[in-house]
Amino acid sequence: MSVANAARAQAAPWQDQLFDAVKAAGIRQMSYVPDAGHARLIQRCKDDPDIRDVVLTTEEEGVALAAGAWLGGQRSLLLMQSSGAGNCINMLSLIQTCRFPFVTFITMRGEWAEFNPWQVPMGSIVEPTLKLAGVHTYRVEHPEDVAETAAAAMDIAFSGDLAVAVILSQKLIGKKVWVK
Amino acid sequence: MLNRRKAIATLLAKRGKDLFIVPGLGSTTYDVASLGDDERDFYLWGAMGGAVMIGLGVALAQPKRKVAVITGDGEMLMGIGSLATAGVQAPPNLAIVVFDNGEYGETGQQASHTHASNARGSVALTGVAQACGIGETYEVASEAELKVLADRLANFDRTFFARVKIASEETPRVLPVRDGVALKHRFRRAMGVGEKGL
Repeated sequence: MSVANAARAQAAPWQDQLFDAVKAAGIRQMSYVPDAGHARLIQRCKDDPDIRDVVLTTEEEGVALAAGAWLGGQRSLLLMQSSGAGNCINMLSLIQTCRFPFVTFITMRGEWAEFNPWQVPMGSIVEPTLKLAGVHTYRVEHPEDVAETAAAAMDIAFSGDLAVAVILSQKLIGKKVWVK
Repeated sequence: MLNRRKAIATLLAKRGKDLFIVPGLGSTTYDVASLGDDERDFYLWGAMGGAVMIGLGVALAQPKRKVAVITGDGEMLMGIGSLATAGVQAPPNLAIVVFDNGEYGETGQQASHTHASNARGSVALTGVAQACGIGETYEVASEAELKVLADRLANFDRTFFARVKIASEETPRVLPVRDGVALKHRFRRAMGVGEKGL
């Protein structure tokens, strides 16, 4: 960890740093199918008057929304859990064919300390399937790397008309806690 | 029942300069293209089920412009959840118009969920839109009703949904630009958000 990153990690939890990166990148539309790992970012975006939050029925809607946002001159961000990645595959044709910039943050299930075997089939193929669909993947394992990786993903996507997924690993997010 | 080409011509006869259109893939893309190529049209050749969401993204980004999604029953059914999402967002500048012939015209006239002859039931899209919270809806089956809809499309101020019942008939294909990158750049330029030189 660099000294600067260490200082930042100390200053705020990575979820709040992630929100700061989203703001710095000029995101104006945040669409999502909820996931516990995204709860804080979703709430921070909902609380921000300059970010429109769009709750979806299925993740592919967010892919199409991102294309529309760009057609209208805004930057859109899609938040999902790993199980949603498969729902997006055909709609990613729109992104690739038209070279739309596209950014998604994906919280992982089905890998580190997963208790639910039903999460494993999709979770274990998120990165290869996204790559086949033309999406670059940036995987994050450590809290101190989250904000920097997200910023880099948004930078390359919106300045280069590329599709990028930031993969937030299950080890980073932590085990799902059932009983609170 | 209405002829789809006459219907699109009547519907867009009073098109304002600030009306941007997202036509669904297949027949509705050809219908919109039949009126002449226009930079404000984002002709879809794929992305089935995504037309309403693309239109919603544009509408949210450009509150001073109007956006019309004009799509078919099959495309609308594939993205039926997007009616729920649009109903929740309800931007004042989004119109959703479905040309409903109850068939998948591109693939050999197979009956869709909306087809009246379905033996055990058929889906009423306008009822779905209403249940999704879209408060203004139109059922259009005549020239007179179409003219009312055209007037509203030329001057609307809330999300509305219209189902235009069109005849099942083969129409000549009018094939617009297929290059997605070109369509994107020219639409953004027409919107005033395009990069210089594109």
